[in-house]
Amino acid sequence: MKKRRERIDRGIKVRSEDIYALCSWREMLYLAGPRVLPAAVFLLLPLFLGVYWQKVMLSVAVFALLAMSWDMLAQSGMISLGQALFFGMGAYVSGVLNFYFGLPPWITIPLATALGGALCTIVLLPVLRLRGIYFSMVTLIIPLMLVRIIEATKIFGGTEGLSGMTPLPAGLIEVYLVTGVFLAVLFGLRRLMETDYGLVLKGIRDNDRSVTNAGINIYWFKTQALFISSAIGAFAGAFMTHIYMFVGMPVFALDYSILPIAAAVVGGVGTTAGAALGAVLLVPLSEALRGIGGLRIVMYGLFLVVFIVAVPEGLFDYIQRKYHQMERWVEIDK
Amino acid sequence: MFAGTLVFALINSFILILLALGFNLTFGISGVANFAYGALYVMSAYMSWAMMRLLSLPFWASAAVSIAITMIAGALMYRFVLLRVRGQALSEVIATFSIGLAILEVFRYLGLVGFEYTLPVFSGESFMIAGAYVDMQRIAVVLIGLMLVLGLWLFTHFTPLGLAFRGIAQDERTALTFGIDSDRLGVLSVSFGAGLAAVAATIIIPLGSIAPDEGYDVLIKALAVCIIGGLGSTGGVIVAGFIIGFAERFTDTYIGSHWTMIVSLAAILLVLAIKPSGLFGRQKELEERI
Amino acid sequence: MSTPVTLRVENISKIFGRVAAVDSLSCEVRRGELLGIIGPNGSGKTTLVNLITGFVKPTSGRIIYDGRDITGAAPHKIVCLGISRTFQMVRPFYQLPAFKNMIIPLYSPRVRQQAGGGYGDRDAVALDLLEEVGFERDAHVAYKPAGTLPQGYLKRLELAKAIALAPDLLILDELFSGLSLAEVASVVPVIEKLRAAGKTIIMIEHRLKELFRIADRIMVLNYGRKIAEGTAAEVMESEEVKKAYLGSEE
Repeated sequence: MKKRRERIDRGIKVRSEDIYALCSWREMLYLAGPRVLPAAVFLLLPLFLGVYWQKVMLSVAVFALLAMSWDMLAQSGMISLGQALFFGMGAYVSGVLNFYFGLPPWITIPLATALGGALCTIVLLPVLRLRGIYFSMVTLIIPLMLVRIIEATKIFGGTEGLSGMTPLPAGLIEVYLVTGVFLAVLFGLRRLMETDYGLVLKGIRDNDRSVTNAGINIYWFKTQALFISSAIGAFAGAFMTHIYMFVGMPVFALDYSILPIAAAVVGGVGTTAGAALGAVLLVPLSEALRGIGGLRIVMYGLFLVVFIVAVPEGLFDYIQRKYHQMERWVEIDK
Repeated sequence: MFAGTLVFALINSFILILLALGFNLTFGISGVANFAYGALYVMSAYMSWAMMRLLSLPFWASAAVSIAITMIAGALMYRFVLLRVRGQALSEVIATFSIGLAILEVFRYLGLVGFEYTLPVFSGESFMIAGAYVDMQRIAVVLIGLMLVLGLWLFTHFTPLGLAFRGIAQDERTALTFGIDSDRLGVLSVSFGAGLAAVAATIIIPLGSIAPDEGYDVLIKALAVCIIGGLGSTGGVIVAGFIIGFAERFTDTYIGSHWTMIVSLAAILLVLAIKPSGLFGRQKELEERI
Repeated sequence: MSTPVTLRVENISKIFGRVAAVDSLSCEVRRGELLGIIGPNGSGKTTLVNLITGFVKPTSGRIIYDGRDITGAAPHKIVCLGISRTFQMVRPFYQLPAFKNMIIPLYSPRVRQQAGGGYGDRDAVALDLLEEVGFERDAHVAYKPAGTLPQGYLKRLELAKAIALAPDLLILDELFSGLSLAEVASVVPVIEKLRAAGKTIIMIEHRLKELFRIADRIMVLNYGRKIAEGTAAEVMESEEVKKAYLGSEE
């Protein structure tokens, strides 16, 4: 008797697919679990961790923000090789506002988010009309060039950077602030990409001619996606400026461009949660491997290549599949 | 001062052209974005150095071997990585960039930085041209640059392989119907591009020293020249090389050395905003937009 | 000539390198008529449509729509002015169900301006439109992923997407190709209904029999030039047309 493997939806998934899920605790738990549980973990964990691991959580949240914003751009058809540009722009804007104008963090961070996002969008506007590869190239070049420009012109502190920023209220408040934003962005972006608006963005990625043919100005939509993404990245940068109380050339470092991509690829491109998952996995891993110093970025690079070639859908997709579907052997009937 | 700047601007232009030739061949002609280009450049230099120091091979032998190895590395990279992600621009760029990144950062980790890491010049002589001392090496850059450009032009216009390269770039499907194997050509184009990077390294590195950061700089410069000149156009590479080369040199002399990078960056953004296909780009409107 | 001219093409040319895809072509389309454009492969029919709809910028010439010069205008703006088209090569969003493919046209600013504020329930409107073009509602065909549907359905999906934009001028590029006779029969009433509502339609076709049954006028292209224009009967009598399709003795 020959058998083959069949993959079908789990019973509970099918049962919880429509409104009657509200009648059963089990089904509601099935649906709410994967959403509420991680959120609860993130919100409760800081209370149990020591200072060192709280800082790690902070890092996780920041990189997750960068990864999710990268993922959103990827879903809209733009592959950015320079998240560091968004991060660095936000970092410098908030740093400059604080250093030269003495504005407090609760003003500089929101301002840097909006302004940083706007600046990045304006700089990248000329490339939006071109083939995707140009966008990638330019996002790669600009942070590298900005570093050299800062080094050469010595503006904003030059190679030494600006230090002595106002810190955020220490301890749990910083962690909860960034974790809160992280969760808001995670659920918000996921929700956004599932609406019709998100469908338009994904349509632009898949077949932009068709979207244009529907009378939609794809450049305007791309600009919007770019702004949202760069604003998120700018927030991350602005936040970190006040954590480190310093901003300098290192904010444009390749690490901030590569790790988010590695996180998204490992977790699964195209599902915002995948990017977050990737960050949750890679950031602590890279912390644990702090000993190998510069080789960490090599590790990100290798992870990237391996996953892109071998596991293109990412881990989140695998987990989601296991959760929703089961496999079994069935007879092959002639 | 003007004449001297002119001379060095010329040399600088050829350096940029040499750097960009390999990248242009691979991306412009075969459509494969090889972001590991800078890393291959640096890698070939380190290999030559290692062979000279550790195996006591003469310079020309080390150079030849390292050029060959770099070409093989390029071919392998295509065969095992790019082939799997061919056509998805996202994955091509990320994969090659990650490989390049890994290579460069390993070198950085190994700490191979310093004045002793360099390659020898062809000859220590120098000449007086227009009131400035120009060393032989720099003249070699110009001469070899000219030869390579000419050679490449002849290759892509008159040899079957070169013509096949251009065919694949213009219309892959049609080329396939002519029996041109795009996969095999892909391997060859990445390989040749890598080889050109290695050749460029052999000639240019002696002007300075080998450092991992050179890898990123080379990638940026090659990209800049190719974008401004127009991907796929050798003529564009030459013109763009001259434009950026002269702009950089004159900015350096008359305005200040820290403005040179800004000039290049501004030039890129300007070209992309006004004539995105580059000055001599062959991309037609329909394919080029988005 | 009492009916007003809605689209006027004046001496339009498009030259790619050394090839003139469209060569000094002029024509007029009157409101409410169904104009058929025919011609051998490569005669410039699709290029002409691309020029009208703004996907390609002309090398020279003008295009006037409803008195407005739309030469070289951006394609999405032209759609919002009331011209909508289908593509010859149908490329839907394969993983999405057929009706989800309709969401993007329904999201268009054109729809918002025509339906006075946009549709609240795009899903419902999508399903209705698909039913009109022949997606059997009880078989739930509209819910199937577009990638699993055969060409006949995909072509009709493309038609539905164009209709969703509430166009005044509808351009159909080889709609009938790939459709069975039954499918053509299910689509023709939709076109007739649009005509009855006063819409102008241009159809590029290779299936002459089906086209001639519904078209008011025919225009024949060859090598980017207009070689004949008139009713179906007039056009098929023309020596030039016969030569273009069948070749000549010499």
